[in-house]
Amino acid sequence: MSEPMALDPIQQEIADEFGFFGDWSERYQYLIDLGRKLPLFPDEWRTEANRLHGCQSMVWVVAEGNAERLVFHAISDSSIVSGLIALTLRVYSGRSAAEILATEPRFIDAIGLGKHLSVTRSNGLSALIAKIRDTAAQA
Amino acid sequence: MNRLDDIPALRAEFPQLARRIHGKPLVYFDNANTAQKPQLVIDAVSDYYRLHNANVARAVHTLGEEATTLYEATRDKLARFVGARSREEVVFTRGTTEAVNLVAYSFLRPTLKPGDEILVSRMEHHANIVPWQLVAAETGAKVVPAPITASGELDVEGTVALMNPRTRLVGLVHVSNALGTVNPVAEIIAAAKARGIATLIDGSQAVPHFRVDVAALDCDFYVLTGHKLFAPTGTGALIARRALLDAMPPFMGGGEMIRKVSFEGTTFNDPPHKFEPGTPNIAGFIGLGAAIDWLQAIGMDAIAAREARLRDAMRAALAAVDGLRLVGDARARAAVFSFVVEGAHAHDLATLLDHDGIAVRSGHHCAHPTMQFFGVPATARASLAFYNTEDEIAVFIDALAKARRMLA
Repeated sequence: MSEPMALDPIQQEIADEFGFFGDWSERYQYLIDLGRKLPLFPDEWRTEANRLHGCQSMVWVVAEGNAERLVFHAISDSSIVSGLIALTLRVYSGRSAAEILATEPRFIDAIGLGKHLSVTRSNGLSALIAKIRDTAAQA
Repeated sequence: MNRLDDIPALRAEFPQLARRIHGKPLVYFDNANTAQKPQLVIDAVSDYYRLHNANVARAVHTLGEEATTLYEATRDKLARFVGARSREEVVFTRGTTEAVNLVAYSFLRPTLKPGDEILVSRMEHHANIVPWQLVAAETGAKVVPAPITASGELDVEGTVALMNPRTRLVGLVHVSNALGTVNPVAEIIAAAKARGIATLIDGSQAVPHFRVDVAALDCDFYVLTGHKLFAPTGTGALIARRALLDAMPPFMGGGEMIRKVSFEGTTFNDPPHKFEPGTPNIAGFIGLGAAIDWLQAIGMDAIAAREARLRDAMRAALAAVDGLRLVGDARARAAVFSFVVEGAHAHDLATLLDHDGIAVRSGHHCAHPTMQFFGVPATARASLAFYNTEDEIAVFIDALAKARRMLA
């Protein structure tokens, strides 16, 4: 696991998209726009049970499916976190539990915002990825 | 010439203000969270460790005397700075939080009865709510919230109306960290005193910004923290009436707080040392003394006058930002502004502002009940100090407009 691996195609695609931008504001603008395009997250899903703790902003997650194909829906009240959710779901949603568990979240460093994301916000992202992986491990 | 007449030179005394963040000059608008430290304070801390390091009040050797003299000098400086009646009324604590807990456990809890009430405003920091809740839960007493208005002012009439024979203590923040409101503390203290109710004023956000006279306020307890006062973290104080301190049992046991220890029984030192067990944050308190000297040399009235100008400039600039709503807009306010921007999460605003070098806080500011009252999960908060400038306000407003466009 310690030797460098090529990014899987989806994460490579994300890295390429972000590599296109010149400065931080363009990257953030793209992230914010991705967040806006997240599919509608019904109000009735915004429950305490679906709420992810460990994030400074509010994040809600719902999982559907089984070990063959797990689909995740998530949203945040923060536009930037919603953008990060959009990327995370692109990498992990709609894949098998085995694929999810085999996929390291390397897009975070690849988009060049890793050092810009505050520790607490990064923790929010880590909490989402942990939730996805836990769900896969139990599927 | 007053140092405030040469702001660039004054700013140069604060090493961290010269930092660049993401390539931009730092605009530090998070002073209500913690203030930057002048070189003189940093030097005082470092000189203690380089030249005078020894434990206090224990050793007769030269270094012990030097350390004790420097450390105890801060007590005199702080007593004068806040108008305490005597140096014995100044108990050193780690900060405001410990000071409130000391009063909750040592003063109130021993006599608290089921049905007793502790009245605190809806704009308190958690540090002036939770300690009372803990002792109330242990004794069957209850914590009663005092009302505030839609503009973030204390409802004085409503607060006084809640004072009753079961009210044991009124806790009130002098300046709200979440709203910037400057409360009419003297009025509330007088009303409580007339009814025989003890008073505790949280002065964390007051002492860095204007002259405070604890004896004139006539409260029973006044609490403050050093790190917002341009001094090191882990320093603070409880200013309390001597008679109350004499009657209060120790809060924590250990060395230095005793007169004589035996297994048959231990007698305790006089206040304030009775409440200061163990080796304290000696360097930090020496730094606090240096910070107070530094502030006194400028003068708190001059500082307050400059901050009033910055506050008015900031208030006017924020009023011109489309879609921005101030959370709390009291007539008497400090240069602390909590706000929400339509369609923009406070954390997103703070994240984007950080990329322009601007430090603001976002979140609930340790004041959940205040946020609940205003129906917002979080606000962004810009809090200024005398070393901030009108140019920085302009940079902040431009960056805010840009962040708002990005999030719109």
